[in-house]
Amino acid sequence: MSEATSTGYPEENYLTQGSTLKSWLLTTDHKRIGVLYLLTISVFFLLGGLFAAGIRLELATPQGDLVQPETYNRMFTMHGILMIFFFLIPSIPATLGNFLIPLQIGAKDVAFPRLNLASWYIFVIGGCFTLWALVSGGVDTGWTFYTPFSTLFSNSHVLPAALGVFITGFSSILTGLNFIVTIHRMRAPGLTWFKLPLFIWSHYATSLIQVLGTPVVAITIVLVAFERVFHLGIFDPSVGGDPVLFQHLFWFYSHPAVYIMILPGMGVISEVVATFSRKRIFGYKFMAFAVLAIAVLGFFVWGHHMFVSTQSVYAGTVFSVLTMLVAIPSAVKVFNWTATMYNGAVSWDTPMLYAIGFIGLFTIGGLTGVMLGTMGIDIHVHDTYFVVAHFHYVMVGGAIMAFLAGIHYWWPKIAGKTYPVFWSKLAALIVFIGFNLTFFPQFLLGYMGMPRRYHAYPEEFQVLNVLSSAGATVLGVGYLLPVIYLTYSFFFGARCAQNPWGAVGLEWETTSPPPTLNFDEIPTVTGEVYDYSPKKEAQVV
Amino acid sequence: MELFKHLPLFPESASTVAGKVDAIYFFGIFLSAFFSLLIAVLVVAFAVKFRRRHPDAYGVPEKTSTPLELTWSIIPLLISLFLFGWGVKVFIEVNQAPSNAIEYTAVGKQWMWKFKHPEGNREINDLHVPMGTPIRMKMTSEDVIHSFFIPAFRIKRDVLPGRYSEVWFEATKPGVYHLFCAEFCGAEHSRMIGSVHVMEPAAYEAWLQGKEPGQTAVASGEELFKSLACITCHRGDAGSRGPILANLDGGEVELANGQVVKSDDAYLRESILNPRAKIVKGYEPLMPSYQGQVTEEQILSLIRYLKEINQKVADAGDATPAAETQTAANEG
Ligand code: HEC
Ligand SMILES: [Cu+2]
Ligand SMILES: [Cu+2]
Repeated sequence: MSEATSTGYPEENYLTQGSTLKSWLLTTDHKRIGVLYLLTISVFFLLGGLFAAGIRLELATPQGDLVQPETYNRMFTMHGILMIFFFLIPSIPATLGNFLIPLQIGAKDVAFPRLNLASWYIFVIGGCFTLWALVSGGVDTGWTFYTPFSTLFSNSHVLPAALGVFITGFSSILTGLNFIVTIHRMRAPGLTWFKLPLFIWSHYATSLIQVLGTPVVAITIVLVAFERVFHLGIFDPSVGGDPVLFQHLFWFYSHPAVYIMILPGMGVISEVVATFSRKRIFGYKFMAFAVLAIAVLGFFVWGHHMFVSTQSVYAGTVFSVLTMLVAIPSAVKVFNWTATMYNGAVSWDTPMLYAIGFIGLFTIGGLTGVMLGTMGIDIHVHDTYFVVAHFHYVMVGGAIMAFLAGIHYWWPKIAGKTYPVFWSKLAALIVFIGFNLTFFPQFLLGYMGMPRRYHAYPEEFQVLNVLSSAGATVLGVGYLLPVIYLTYSFFFGARCAQNPWGAVGLEWETTSPPPTLNFDEIPTVTGEVYDYSPKKEAQVV
Repeated sequence: MELFKHLPLFPESASTVAGKVDAIYFFGIFLSAFFSLLIAVLVVAFAVKFRRRHPDAYGVPEKTSTPLELTWSIIPLLISLFLFGWGVKVFIEVNQAPSNAIEYTAVGKQWMWKFKHPEGNREINDLHVPMGTPIRMKMTSEDVIHSFFIPAFRIKRDVLPGRYSEVWFEATKPGVYHLFCAEFCGAEHSRMIGSVHVMEPAAYEAWLQGKEPGQTAVASGEELFKSLACITCHRGDAGSRGPILANLDGGEVELANGQVVKSDDAYLRESILNPRAKIVKGYEPLMPSYQGQVTEEQILSLIRYLKEINQKVADAGDATPAAETQTAANEG
């Protein structure tokens, strides 16, 4: 990361356009909105992390001796709801996506800047409802809200929590809509579809899922609320409803939601691998189509969550084979990233360390996903810690690693500052080690038969649980470090050069940080995407 | 050494299907380990071998190679399809009970498991079973969704309210194994656990002898049939207000609307709880609903009895006393 020379640092940039609270709360600048999201989701991440800490602390001993079971159930529920709906789903799209999509396509802003701000407010309002549920006593249904427990039996605060998730959904839908229109309508002259960075492709695919899938979970939540309040009998078997119907509706959204969380991460990794290998992404078109394929196929695999739910064997078989198909584009992505590094000029800067971590962990997450999609294996490991380990490999080892890779890669663009190299590399290492120590033992626990959502467990599971809790402590330190040094960097860091990594891409052709309207002059694109070659360098500026 | 004994890494295998699940699991683990290591080694090796030696260095641009892309699409495809096929085979084997399996029943409720043996013994959270006998567990829930999970047997099946689900196993090794509820079901979910005691057949017999046997499902079903006054309308003769109850174990029933349905657990359950949903051809919708008047266990017994009852179709005018046909059923 090179520091700024005395010239070139933009004294006027989007950060200097007013520093009052009002200037931030009423901004329609996509970059500022991205920063607002970054702050908000960091708060939710911290809260969700505290609940995780509580969970791991309780599970350090087999007896449920730290908190009451009712409290424990509320902890893992709040952990899930906060992390999924209020951190992972908005994490990359709402922060980095918001910040970078207009920059990468050479636009002055997103298509609907005010709608963009409204999305943030909707997100915050949804968050407030969920926090209301939290402070008034919490929810104990699990983030999955399974019926008839959530509708007829739970006496916790299901309604405000569900309402919070419902409201936040609209933020997600509107952001997706905004991105789709932006990508279609606002690309700079000459920037054709196959010249778009893969970051854009993956956000496009993500947005499609957000727009098409989120309404389904919104309706499902409304049905749960109606059944809870008016006893409608949609899911209640005693009046002719079907509790399994809920699972179908819920997973119809919530499986694709997994791709809302991971596809943007794949986009980040593609950018990082290309930049830090100084090489065009290998198999660019295959990569672009792979994200679309994952987004589309992702809508047809929800039944793999229900192999043992009394779903028919035939339905299970179809869902199982479709699940296998999703693995193919995912494998293609992993192989192409690897191939991009081959013959590259690979630097070991912090973002690349996270990206390498991502590739390894996502591979494990993906392959164990294939195992779970295999009916004969799922029958034993379904609803055990094997599943918990699997999705944390994808969501934490994948999505959060990618998020951190992206934050470290574009930090100079966002903040215009450098961050300490040593500490950031150390943090990446700690996160990697802590992560594996936390979640690898959970695979073993799962096959041993430890069910998820257990507050107390038989003694023979203790050793692995202690390892996992120890790992969580390490992981916590790993996550705290960037919060500290990035905050420090934002205020006190040295100014960085416009393009500290020597990256290509339109976002690097404007100043760091960019001016409010991004480009003094809308660029015209003539070259190829990821055009890393020495001769071209002279032309870049 | 001591540590290893206490470091649990693999569950006990104690059923006929456990080995099958383990085999495919190991294959899955092998695949995962192989590809994860492959990628890890490649990524690290490339990061080292092609590390940037000069700040202005560039990678060597390469053209996309379609054959290469196809290779690493098709190989994973073939492998995962193989895994899929194997998985379906194992799943079906784990789920399809042999025809000679003996029926036990389990009712889940927040937060306990209630079992009934075919001999009539009842147990809560503990389940004693003979080794080497295929056992079919017919399950339902009184409240929320639970899931019946015995890790040592590698079996799991959700237990739903208002519906019957089944799981079967044949234990192969005497011992005491965990029974877990695997579906989150409320406050004490993690205490909805029990023990499965697998016993040598002789020991099992002795255990049964030592216990108060209790009523068999058929016998308590018959008792309920009388005490709930079913018998007043289902006398088993032509003059009865209700139909002659025969051939209800999988037989076909013609309905008033012309449909023909199969008489299975779900149908019989509905006939008791919501009789107006399906009206038998030639009869009036007179039967009252028994919703709320019978427990899940009583419904299970009634269904068991209804399947056995086979009232004889009596000639008009020659009313056979219903009791007579019913004694025949008791032997089942
Ligand atoms: C008031 C009279 C009456 C009583 C009491 C009654 N039933 Fe019925 N039952 C009927 C009539 C009439 C029908 C046929 C119409 C229908 O399908 O609802 C019927 C149908 C049935 C059927 C479907 C038979 C078939 O051939 O498909 C079953 C099973 C049944 N009853 C079981 C019971 C049981 C068990 C009880 C006691 C818990 C009971 N009935 C009590 C009148 C009665
Ligand atoms: Cu899924
Ligand atoms: Cu449970």
